[in-house]
Amino acid sequence: MATSVTGQDVATQPSVEDAQERHAAPRGRLRTSAPMLAFLGRRLLSSAIVLLGATFIVYMVLALALDPLEDLRLSTNPNKEAMIESRIRQLDLDTPAPIRWAKWLGGIATCVIGRCDLGESVTGASVISLLGTAIPSTLQLVGAATFLAIGLGIVVGIASALRQYTGFDYGVTFMSFLLYSLPSFWVAVLLKLWGAIGFNDFLRNPVMSLPTIVGLSVIAGLLWQAVVGGPWRRRGITFLVSGVVTGVVLAAVSATRWLLDPRLGPIAIAILGVGAAFAVTALAAGLRNRRALYSSLTVVALGVALYYPLQSLFYYATAAMIIGLALAAIASGLLVGWLFGGPDRGQSMRAAAITAVIVGALTFVDRVMSVWKIYSESSRIAGRPIATIGAQTPGLSGSFWVETLDTFTHLVLPTTALILISFASYTRYSRASLLEVMNQDYIRTARAKGLPERVVTVRHAFRNALIPLATIVPLDIAYLFGGAIITERIFAWSGMGSLFLHSLASQDANPVMGYFIVVGTSLVLANIIVDFIYAALDPRIRVNA
Amino acid sequence: MTLPNPNPSTAGTVAPDEIDEIEIGNSIENAIELKEVEGLSQGRIVLRRFLRHRGAMTAAFVLIAVVLLVTTSIGWGPIPGWWRWSPTEFDDVVNPGGSPTLSFEGGLTIGPHPFGQDNLGRDVFARVMRGTQQSLIVMVIVGLVATSIGIVMGAVSGFLRGRIDNVLMRFTDMIITIPVIMIGAILGRLVATQGATAVMLGLALSLVTWTSMARLVRAEFLSLREREFVDAARVAGASNSRIMFKHMLPNAVGVIIVNTTLLMASAILLETALSYLGFGIRAPNVSLGTLIAEYQTAFATRPWLFWWPGLFIVLIALCVNFIGDGLRDAFDPRQRRIPSKRSMDRAAERAARRQAAAASATATTEASGA
Repeated sequence: MATSVTGQDVATQPSVEDAQERHAAPRGRLRTSAPMLAFLGRRLLSSAIVLLGATFIVYMVLALALDPLEDLRLSTNPNKEAMIESRIRQLDLDTPAPIRWAKWLGGIATCVIGRCDLGESVTGASVISLLGTAIPSTLQLVGAATFLAIGLGIVVGIASALRQYTGFDYGVTFMSFLLYSLPSFWVAVLLKLWGAIGFNDFLRNPVMSLPTIVGLSVIAGLLWQAVVGGPWRRRGITFLVSGVVTGVVLAAVSATRWLLDPRLGPIAIAILGVGAAFAVTALAAGLRNRRALYSSLTVVALGVALYYPLQSLFYYATAAMIIGLALAAIASGLLVGWLFGGPDRGQSMRAAAITAVIVGALTFVDRVMSVWKIYSESSRIAGRPIATIGAQTPGLSGSFWVETLDTFTHLVLPTTALILISFASYTRYSRASLLEVMNQDYIRTARAKGLPERVVTVRHAFRNALIPLATIVPLDIAYLFGGAIITERIFAWSGMGSLFLHSLASQDANPVMGYFIVVGTSLVLANIIVDFIYAALDPRIRVNA
Repeated sequence: MTLPNPNPSTAGTVAPDEIDEIEIGNSIENAIELKEVEGLSQGRIVLRRFLRHRGAMTAAFVLIAVVLLVTTSIGWGPIPGWWRWSPTEFDDVVNPGGSPTLSFEGGLTIGPHPFGQDNLGRDVFARVMRGTQQSLIVMVIVGLVATSIGIVMGAVSGFLRGRIDNVLMRFTDMIITIPVIMIGAILGRLVATQGATAVMLGLALSLVTWTSMARLVRAEFLSLREREFVDAARVAGASNSRIMFKHMLPNAVGVIIVNTTLLMASAILLETALSYLGFGIRAPNVSLGTLIAEYQTAFATRPWLFWWPGLFIVLIALCVNFIGDGLRDAFDPRQRRIPSKRSMDRAAERAARRQAAAASATATTEASGA
């Protein structure tokens, strides 16, 4: 069977490997060998059995819990009897539930030949078509939130682990506990009724008072000095610099009423881009690596130079074109890094590509911002741009950019709610796993042989700290398909979660089963993937069939 | 040499003269810890560590205060309440719109309706107390029942292994495959048709939340069953169930207690979420989730209706989570307190004095020998 995959095993059970297999193993990672295929086969078989059993349990509980005839029984329609009769025939209610389950399974089995039959809802819509509309809309909502939460959670967790036992670390720990304990429906309702409405009211006259600006600057300063840490002198300087910068930016935003008509423009993009180039190089290659720094800066210069030509191209924008441009940005970053050459081209290429993506994203955001004024002043929006319900403004028509902005304003609240709830666990995970790794002997070795702390942290510790995370991320992606039941309900998002809740409330078993088969299958597959990722990433774990 | 992570129960065997010069800082830490746990049983050490965990102790006090408030204020079963209003009583609206009479102007004034009143004039404090009672019942029942199911499942499959283990674990996998909120909603609906009480809902939720406990206990029992004391018990003629529950279970208690608290924290969130969605506790019964669902439409005009139930959910879940964290630290043998600089200095001094004493002692023996 599979080696059980928990964080503990990495530390305590490196001996689960098969001696014979280790002997035969070449240096390559995942080898397609006979034992591997046998393992895959057994794993798939046992997963199929588990899934089969789970569908049976759910089907039986549903048959027990739901009464599909309730609404008809209560109706006053004169031909009530006939309607009940027809629904019994439609849903095959005279057959005992286990046999109905077997028939339902037969419908799924037809998926093998390419036409699935997951039954019909009470209203006669086919479950497949219901799922077909629900899945994309859920993925749009939950996908962005999950990836943002993973990214943010890892960054905060790593920072907190590197500053273990400081005020920042305790603060992050407390915050994550708090977020852990927040009921998601409460947060979502709060964001919707308090956050969004408050922000929309604020946008009517976006001027911040002096005390607000000073207060926010002090908070920003305190936050930055806690993140940077170090001796008191350094903390003081960080506090002053970051506080003053925040204050100046906020004052400028307030004085120019920037929020009413936000733009970045080439100058701001250049400044932010240079900052990003330095930050990315410092993390990915170290500032000593001049080639990486220069290639990142070259990419920024290229991006700024292309700013005006791109604006005219953006006029004809489509989604495919944006994706193409993003890929082109990565490719040009890689090319620039490669052209700079040097002994370690990979580092320059990586740094330049990441910088290129950042600059590209800034340009994209700038273009989206440019339609903000038109958007928020349009009759459909009427000056209240942050939407609280649905996935798009009904009846709004406009260019690609207006529609993109419309999607963003609808996504922002539910995404924030989801991030707030899920990001705490990623913070805890990444913090714990980095701390675990930092206490390993090979980290001491790396330090002892004189590597700079950046290389120790990024190359030796960070990569290994990601291994346990790599095993929970696929599961979370699988849960994506289940949607966010509560968040979708509150923000009236018509995805998988709403489909489930709606069907359950209207005593409709087949769509619920459809929901479950999607979620269950993706979960089971994700579990198998996790086993393989683990075996591929951690050489101490072997799949022994 | 000194153990890098001393297990408090065995670390007493590390003699002071075994201390390595190179690891002097490390060993001073160990020495401090050894001195602290000298002559204490494992249970006392755990309890002491827990009592020292500031966050967990604060959380425990707050939780006890909340439970006392909830139990005594409006009364609970045989316990009489001291609060004037009951959750269903109507009163004339005191403040305009029924806003809270709790205020901090000119000292703390509580007034007749500290949390305010709803549009019908019902006292929000009494309603929140009633809702908290229901949510606490569900939380405690899930904590007890789900933990028991998980322990039995995990213990049996970990101890007996083989085919039984295989069957039970595949069954656990099946339950895990079903998202908790989904099966919880279905079960909640099933219970609701029979007129859901908090007890019924708690039992229903226990049926789906025991899985992680079962897996943990199984893993624990798999390693425990290889230990000598199990063989000893078997040689002494103990039955399987006696070995499992008298000999092995106490050794797995750390994992179980920690996981139970975390389970309870998630149970209260699950219950309130289901009640919010309408698949848990239903009117006329109130839970914190139904209160929020009922009052969310009034948020713009009567925000206090919405704030208080949410605050109580957060408070309870946060306290239970913190207690769980404290327990985890207390049970973790690898966990060490970082000694303060002062106690480090003092310990270093002691070690130096002892070394000096030992040196002079050897000097005198050498001198007397010569």
